[in-house]
Amino acid sequence: MTDRPRQIHLAAHFPGVNNTTVWSDPRAGSHIEFSSFAKLARTAERAKFDFFFLAEGLRLREQRGRIHDLDVVGRPDTFAVLAALAAVTDHIGLSGTINSTFNEPFEVARQFASLDHLSGGRAAWNVVTSWDAFTGENFRRGGFLAREDRYDRAKEFLQTARELWDTWDDGAVVADQGAGRFILDADQGAFVHKGQQFDIAGHFGVPRSPQGHPVIFQAGDSDTGREFAAADADCIFTRHGSIAAGQRFFQDVKGRLARYGRSPDDLKILPAATFVLGGSEKDAVERSAVVRRQQVSGQTAILFLEQVWNRDLSGYDPDGPLPAVEPDLGESSIVQGRVAVFEDRMKTAAKWRALSEAQGLSIRELMIEVTNPASFVGTPLQVATQIEQAVTAEAADGFILIPHVTPGGLDEFADSVVPILQEWGRFRTEYDGPTLRDHLGLSVARRTSFSPTGVNAGAS
Amino acid sequence: MANPPHLHLAVALEGAGWHPAAWRASDARPRDLFSPDYWVDLVQESEWGLLDFVTLEDSLAPQSTRRGVIERRTDRVRGRLDALLIAARVAPTTSAIGIVPVVTTTHTEPFHVSKAVATLDYVSSGRAGLQARVSASELEARQFGRRRISNPLPNGARDSLDAGLVNDLFDEAADFVDVVRRLWDSWEDDAEIRDIATGRFIDRTKVHYIDFVGRYFSVKGPSITPRPPQGQPLVSVLAHIPVAFRLAARSADLVYITPENTEAAGSIVAEIRAHEAAEGRRDPPLRIFADIVVFLDEDTATAHDRKQRFDDLDGEPLRSDALIFVGTPADLAELMVAWQAAGIDGFRLRPGAIPHDLEMITHEVVGALQDRSAFRHHYEDATLRARLGLARPASRYALA
Repeated sequence: MTDRPRQIHLAAHFPGVNNTTVWSDPRAGSHIEFSSFAKLARTAERAKFDFFFLAEGLRLREQRGRIHDLDVVGRPDTFAVLAALAAVTDHIGLSGTINSTFNEPFEVARQFASLDHLSGGRAAWNVVTSWDAFTGENFRRGGFLAREDRYDRAKEFLQTARELWDTWDDGAVVADQGAGRFILDADQGAFVHKGQQFDIAGHFGVPRSPQGHPVIFQAGDSDTGREFAAADADCIFTRHGSIAAGQRFFQDVKGRLARYGRSPDDLKILPAATFVLGGSEKDAVERSAVVRRQQVSGQTAILFLEQVWNRDLSGYDPDGPLPAVEPDLGESSIVQGRVAVFEDRMKTAAKWRALSEAQGLSIRELMIEVTNPASFVGTPLQVATQIEQAVTAEAADGFILIPHVTPGGLDEFADSVVPILQEWGRFRTEYDGPTLRDHLGLSVARRTSFSPTGVNAGAS
Repeated sequence: MANPPHLHLAVALEGAGWHPAAWRASDARPRDLFSPDYWVDLVQESEWGLLDFVTLEDSLAPQSTRRGVIERRTDRVRGRLDALLIAARVAPTTSAIGIVPVVTTTHTEPFHVSKAVATLDYVSSGRAGLQARVSASELEARQFGRRRISNPLPNGARDSLDAGLVNDLFDEAADFVDVVRRLWDSWEDDAEIRDIATGRFIDRTKVHYIDFVGRYFSVKGPSITPRPPQGQPLVSVLAHIPVAFRLAARSADLVYITPENTEAAGSIVAEIRAHEAAEGRRDPPLRIFADIVVFLDEDTATAHDRKQRFDDLDGEPLRSDALIFVGTPADLAELMVAWQAAGIDGFRLRPGAIPHDLEMITHEVVGALQDRSAFRHHYEDATLRARLGLARPASRYALA
């Protein structure tokens, strides 16, 4: 046991292509120009954050068969942005979401190993899976994967990538000019993988990188996703807002680790969080109300409602009451290219109807009430306290903060909340080491023994 | 009489240099080949020399001097980082030089490559390109496990490759580049409107499905990345054989060729122009660069000695698809000016050993060309396309 109080981990999520991001704010900058990414990453590094995080989606979202145009649309390539950010930052981790369905292990393992070298050990991979034919239309193989098989592919994909990262010995690049020996032996990089999903063999071309393996994130919340994370991830990216829900999730996931010979600290639980700060609590609440109205325009409210009703509701007045018709429970969805937010349509509709009638809420007012309110609202001291309490209560190991304005939306947090957490001894004032594993308190990935000629069954 | 236009000059960066023993030179940095600083230094040195652009070599198979063979030797450089990632890593540390990574078209996804090069164009403010590379390697195919490519005679002889297979792979590469380019065009330049009055971030009538359906794959689009600063980043191809000349004529902005002398330079240029005519090319004519491997010293004897030492260390003389020039910067400059008269627009020099031959290029060759009024004294154009005299094209999907 050490006397050091439990450390909080903090990360910065580049604002996403959803209505949380307020592009109409006069301060809102580009979502594509590199200067925006550099600005947010440098702010996060100045505040000693653990890492910078990029989400990804591989097809533009559609609703009612048309490209969605109300939120930010468009984003750059994850690998290229992270590699470029490695040039303008020195310490902060660089975490990217890369899909295991529309990529191949050899290429992704090569890209992350390269990123880890090029960033001096700061790479992280958020492993996501998809199965939808909609996104598949942009790729050679199309929608080839059944929904129920997506975690099988993801698991074997990650396992295969780990095998590739282990194909070089530590110190295999000898580069002894006098002796004329560049590599330890000619088998460095050799691999064979025969599995259900991948049957590949060859030579992996990237020597072992500073972290051994990049830090692995998992973002799903299903039982399979939790098990995947418990078995094989370093961090889990969640959306559990309340302390109680966070604690249940925390206990559940950390409780699964022992089965895999892992300790609770080997997997960090990091919920996404939004925040609105103010000079006083009243000021913060007022500012939050303004932000919510910016986030949920009348048109956006109708689109949210359509996701539950599964009908074209474009004729309804967002400032009027809920539609009298019931949701369409058919199989086909009017929304494509985004995660389904509302699971049970009838139940959700009934709940919303009751709330709307009880409080006399219009469609827009209701949507402001029921969709994604800010996680933390208050003065810097109040927000610091909320974060500290959530970590102390074991609802989270820290938070991935999503500013609602690009790229300056983290400045106020960095300048006002972080110093309080530092004063309490709960957040670093300097980086302890050069790698993201150092920031997260994770050890360098062990090299598994590997036979380049035999069949590697995998450890999962 | 007016001077001919300035020559264009690029370097091809590969490991410790293009000689397999180059890493053993006393000034080499073999331990740094996998560090970002090494690549930043090389590209900054190239920018110091006012070069048009650098290319970054890449391959999905281990380095080998014999096609399709895994070498058992331990005395040559083995391993490399992904060229596109190196390109993005060095881009923010430079401000003018073009950055052109090699990209394999045979196993990768055109959707990913399109947005990656578009993003490289954003992080470099309009200095990005790619060199499309076809892989006919059975070894590389097995690493992906998605398709079979079998070379009946993997002994390195070019004519041993199955002609039908090679034709298919180059046709596929043409489709690949077509899709990459269509995706770059899929967002019109003014698609992002941020119209607060109507609540719309984009004008979706200016974001287009490409609906590409080809023999090898289909891609729906649009890209997830808006149109890059250059509209169309530079597409280049290395070509030695007719099927590759044809790919260049169909798909590229710039082609690297490997003539052995002035006469061959003239005849290859003529052959490429004939391919352009046969393909009915509407884009500006291909910029034609000659590739030359260079070993440069103040006098020819020293250069020969240096190259000979590398050959001795390696145990065999260097072989190359391109001319191997061993001599002085002034003699190289003479050769370049003579080839320019035969129709060559520029040169891509492959430094035999780094840093020596790279610094000879940026200091001495550039100086010798400047003395002949054949090379720039400072950068003028902001984008790589502009430097090569290529206008920024409108999106093909934009209504006039």
